[in-house]
Amino acid sequence: MSGPETETLLYLDGVSVSFDGFKALNELSLIIQAGEMRAIIGPNGAGKTTMMDVVTGKTRPDTGTIYFDGNVDLTKLDEASIAELGIGRKFQKPTVFQHHTVWDNLELALAGRRGTFAALFRREGSSERERIEELLGIIRLGELRDMEAANLSHGQKQWLEIGMLLAQEPKLLLVDEPAAGMTDAETEATADLLKEIAKEKSVVVVEHDMTFVRALGVKVTVLHEGSVLSEGTIDHVSEDPRVIEVYLGR
Amino acid sequence: MIGSFIRNGFDRSAFFVILVLVAAAFVVPALALYTTPASPFHIPGYAIPLMGKYLTYGLLALSVGLIWGYCGILSLGHGAFFALGGYAMGMYLMRQIGTRGVYGDPVLPDFMVFLNWDELPVAWYGFQSFPYAMLMVVLAPGILAFVFGWFAFRSRVTGVYLSIITQAMTFALMLGFFRNNLGFGGNNGLTDFKDILGFNIQAPETRAALFAASALALALAYLICKSIISSRFGKVIVAIRDAESRTRFLGYRVENYKLVVWVLSACMAGIAGALYVPQVGIINPGEFEPANSIEVVIWVAVGGRGLLVGPIVGAIVVNFAKSWFTTGALAPYWLFALGGLFVGVTLFLPKGIMGTLGGGWTALKQRRASAAAEAGVSVTDTDGPDGGRLKTEPAE
Ligand SMILES: Nc1ncnc2c1ncn2[C@@H]1O[C@H](COP(=O)(O)OP(=O)(O)OP(=O)(O)O)[C@@H](O)[C@H]1O
Ligand SMILES: [Mg+2]
Repeated sequence: MSGPETETLLYLDGVSVSFDGFKALNELSLIIQAGEMRAIIGPNGAGKTTMMDVVTGKTRPDTGTIYFDGNVDLTKLDEASIAELGIGRKFQKPTVFQHHTVWDNLELALAGRRGTFAALFRREGSSERERIEELLGIIRLGELRDMEAANLSHGQKQWLEIGMLLAQEPKLLLVDEPAAGMTDAETEATADLLKEIAKEKSVVVVEHDMTFVRALGVKVTVLHEGSVLSEGTIDHVSEDPRVIEVYLGR
Repeated sequence: MIGSFIRNGFDRSAFFVILVLVAAAFVVPALALYTTPASPFHIPGYAIPLMGKYLTYGLLALSVGLIWGYCGILSLGHGAFFALGGYAMGMYLMRQIGTRGVYGDPVLPDFMVFLNWDELPVAWYGFQSFPYAMLMVVLAPGILAFVFGWFAFRSRVTGVYLSIITQAMTFALMLGFFRNNLGFGGNNGLTDFKDILGFNIQAPETRAALFAASALALALAYLICKSIISSRFGKVIVAIRDAESRTRFLGYRVENYKLVVWVLSACMAGIAGALYVPQVGIINPGEFEPANSIEVVIWVAVGGRGLLVGPIVGAIVVNFAKSWFTTGALAPYWLFALGGLFVGVTLFLPKGIMGTLGGGWTALKQRRASAAAEAGVSVTDTDGPDGGRLKTEPAE
């Protein structure tokens, strides 16, 4: 079986998911081009997180097709295989390994062999250490490398999780509400960081903070009740009367 | 490869624990065999198998501590693996009896003659050989754990559901082993052992050797566990404990990691059971009782599951208390005391004995280190009580 052969990196068509009869995703179709950064907004319960769940293999869609990188059918794969293909994900609630240090969190995320045998006997090499140093610089946690992640602030955890995403060296990053719980300055820095990342990778960002979305300056997709309500530049969607009605106008 | 694997785990605290166990393996038997009862250092003969039994419990507790403390898998059925290892050893010991049984049959153990069986069941083939029996000590629990874990971890059974099915597993095995026609001695189990590797099982020297073997096995198992938790594998299982789905989305096959520690832990429990049986002289289906497995969990909680020494200390302390309690007038109240201990530890020492002691030690060192830093002295040694490599606390 083969999917559409274009510059398309992620292709969702007619994807539906229901939980006990409630349609969290309703015939959702979405295309992300290679190298693109896309912002996704929408009211609570619109299905934004569920969309990431179906892409990363956490939830199986009831119907619809999802292709990655040309013709890889994601609906047939589990989380680990999808991660291996090059899709990284940041959770809505920052999720890092609380009892590991910042350094170890990054080390665990580092691209490389994931087998049990290698994990028992392989030791961290110097190129890995360099890469971790580099990541620590990017996420500005160099000073806190030996701190247990549990002791980081909320914003620092968000950054650490983004660092872990980068360590995975994915082709596509799915970032769920990276600015939640951040100060204005942190939010701004996060937007800059994501823009920097988007120079090399494809990124899908879910966010409620409109200033943040505006700062990203990319194409916006508005989700509502599990499907796309509107799509276009931030100015285009914010003038769309349907978007104003269900989301912005409240 | 193996060398660096072991070196990685061999830090100061590991050195200390292993030193104590290895010293005990030689000193305790020597004191029992070569001192006179008049000597203040004399250890009476009856105490040796008792202490040996504590060490096998320590090994069992270590196996539970590894999966519970470091991978978040709470097994309420580890007694089953212990008992299977014990049965494998018991079968070897039964076949060593030979013609010295009550019925004098050269091949069939007494209970089979009693049941009018005229040939040895296939499951008993090979058990006259010590190496084969030792292989079975590891394989029987290992294979059961593999099959169980394969299905449970692949279908993502976790938390309390997993605990319940481990409990069901040991319960089902208990019912099976109670039946005479399963061929393992029914409710009487296996007993009346005569000798092991040609040595009289009751002789003081044999008992001393079994004690030493238990101490050395525990030391080796501890070293292996320590090396595992200090490796990247160890970091991955702690990651699974703390955030399983995060670990999956990083591309780790969580079920494989769980399966490896689970099977390893079951094999350790099997070895503990095999060392236990010759020292207590009997194995019966009572070892599969769900309550036994729950007791192991209590030892681990009491000792502290955040560190590998915790379970060992917990097993020894609780069982020492049990022996002391149940030989006096307080015997009927032991279970109340055990329950009270569990509740008390959960409420007041959530990190267990060793976790609390270790925490105090680390705090003291940190205070000293910061005092030293203020005085302008650089302190390089920041190792915690467990090497500081893996700071773990019980998972929420
Ligand atoms: N596992 C689940 N079981 C039942 N219902 C679910 C499940 N996951 C999501 N839902 C429901 O599906 C709907 C969409 O949820 P989703 O988390 O995707 O929304 P969202 O757009 O991310 O919202 P928010 O902005 O609040 O994060 C919600 O009504 C939610 O309650
Ligand atoms: Mg969401």
